[in-house]
Amino acid sequence: MSSKPKVAFFDFACCEGCQLQVANLEEEILVLAQMVDVVEFREVMTGAAPAYDIAFIEGSITRRADENRLKDIRNRSKLLVAYGQCAVSGGINKLKNRRPGMDEVKKEVYGDSAGMPHLDTYPTKAIDEIVAVDFYIPGCPVNREEFLWVVKELLLGKTPRLPNYPVCVNCKLQENACLFDFSIICLGPLARAGCGAVCPANGVACCACRGTVDNPNKNAMHEILLKYNYTVEEIKKKFDIFAVDPEVQSGKK
Amino acid sequence: MAKNNIHIEVNHVTRVEGHGNIVVDAKDGQIEKVQWQVPEAPRFFEAMVVGRDYSELAVITSRICGICSIGHTLASLKATEAALGIGISETTRSLRELLLHGETLQSHILHIGYLVVPDLLRVNSVFSLAETHKDLLLAVTKVHRLANELCDIIGGRTTHPIRARVGRFSKLPEKKELEELKSRLKDILPDLQKIAETIKALADNFPAFERETEYLSLTQAGEYAFYGGDCITNDIAETIPVNRYREIVNEYVVPQSTAKFGKFNRDSFMVGALARYNNNFRQLTSLSTQAAEMLGLKGISYNPFMNNIAQVVECVFAVEKSMEHIDRLLDMELALEADKIEVKAGSGVGAVEVPRGILFHEYEYDDRGVCIKANCVIPTNLNHNNIQLDFEKMAPEFMELGPDELRFYLEMLVRAYDPCISCSTH
Repeated sequence: MSSKPKVAFFDFACCEGCQLQVANLEEEILVLAQMVDVVEFREVMTGAAPAYDIAFIEGSITRRADENRLKDIRNRSKLLVAYGQCAVSGGINKLKNRRPGMDEVKKEVYGDSAGMPHLDTYPTKAIDEIVAVDFYIPGCPVNREEFLWVVKELLLGKTPRLPNYPVCVNCKLQENACLFDFSIICLGPLARAGCGAVCPANGVACCACRGTVDNPNKNAMHEILLKYNYTVEEIKKKFDIFAVDPEVQSGKK
Repeated sequence: MAKNNIHIEVNHVTRVEGHGNIVVDAKDGQIEKVQWQVPEAPRFFEAMVVGRDYSELAVITSRICGICSIGHTLASLKATEAALGIGISETTRSLRELLLHGETLQSHILHIGYLVVPDLLRVNSVFSLAETHKDLLLAVTKVHRLANELCDIIGGRTTHPIRARVGRFSKLPEKKELEELKSRLKDILPDLQKIAETIKALADNFPAFERETEYLSLTQAGEYAFYGGDCITNDIAETIPVNRYREIVNEYVVPQSTAKFGKFNRDSFMVGALARYNNNFRQLTSLSTQAAEMLGLKGISYNPFMNNIAQVVECVFAVEKSMEHIDRLLDMELALEADKIEVKAGSGVGAVEVPRGILFHEYEYDDRGVCIKANCVIPTNLNHNNIQLDFEKMAPEFMELGPDELRFYLEMLVRAYDPCISCSTH
């Protein structure tokens, strides 16, 4: 029997784009596969195992049955990592929770068939609203280099620490023009860096898909809003896209 | 005889995107139940986008699918542009088509190399290929990496692209990036040839199963359709414009699936690479036509497993077309276009051929450009019904091979469709 750490990947309600980032590591995933035993990864292999050293969870929870499946995985895992924003905060799936109610949501999509039992759903939950999470890898999608780094840290028995400074820092380092100067409302001042400010660098506002830093500088954000004539509500609505509450210290390191 | 009693239950087929189950029950040699089930958790995207600004729609709906996020982005942008009456420049159009070919190449090669080849070799995953078929694996990762890098360079990011926006691109590639990209695309043609030859050598392992169905795709004059065109099937004489897509897809809800089913002139239809090939193969480029001939795909095929072969052919096509678009872009003056959108009330439909088939997005906006209604019809949700009917023909035909083989071939059939199940439920 191999003594390599047993690693498994699971997905719940999501687009599976984060596990694609793992596949996109190309040759590096083959190197990684030599360091660990990938014992379960439904999208790329056939196989299952009774217990895991590290379980990677993608996606959010929207049904009782999935909740039970998640608890079962937690019980059989030494470490559980929530990766991707759907797992970390509920992500884009929580936009559903902003709608009037689940009955309306179901009717909007399934019309007259909305009452069928297999279409049942409840308001979206992040993974840590159901089970304890040991580590978080935020982002929509996750940054594949960061994913690889976190895995290496975990394998070395270390505690990975995510960048705890705002996206603006990445922008300054890259000398990106500030999007507020182009009348674009950007969440960079509060958002957690680590993405290389990939959206502002491509001329598009940051939507805080990695959540906020631990202690977001809300005073500075207020000053920016005053200067450029935006309201707090406009900012909050942008934060809703990836289910980030700028008022709440994220605490997810 | 006991061996004629079969019970198969595959809870979550592996090596496919999303969650699908297979159930077969047979008694005394008679199939009593055979079912393709889709238990995927619905995410309710059509409800999520209501109340959001037009500029956010593609950002949100891109998240329907991690693998074909570019296709969703483009269908979404086309729907919004149709609703708001916005035209796009030749540069934007060419960049979008390039991006779409990059995604097709990325998605097809991932499916063929990582998910299908293990079936042809009867192994559980791509991991063991590192020892047995290293050359093939290196060729596959090389093509896959380049396809992703193409999407990075054009779209800013390969999954959930950033630069493709309503009416424009927010950043343009440098010409030297395009030149380098072109030379690297040329460089992978021999790798694709190697992959195609390997698939050909293994192609006898695809079962000789046939079931004629209705093949639905886009079509247009002069070019094998991906980005533009109208709807066509083998059962209609005249094309149907995409804004009348509801007449074609006829979605309905069934108890076995959280994804909707659809049908048009028959009990089911098929979308994807084989449907495109069957409807439009005469418009393939020279190298992709050669690839089809080499792989034994001649004219219309009724074997759903040939979808994999059509994907190989489309990989070659995607590389050829990408090089063409790069040439076109190199001849253009590339200048960033201003973001000046005038919002108005309206509704519109956008359709694109994505790796798994024809994709429709439809939105309605109020006079502030806020979405008030949305509908997305996903290729895999259009294919579910066809998979079910293939199962019903296949199960009795393959039953005498025994339960293990029957199960193997049913799973292999599901994979042949390259289903994107979470996307289909969305």
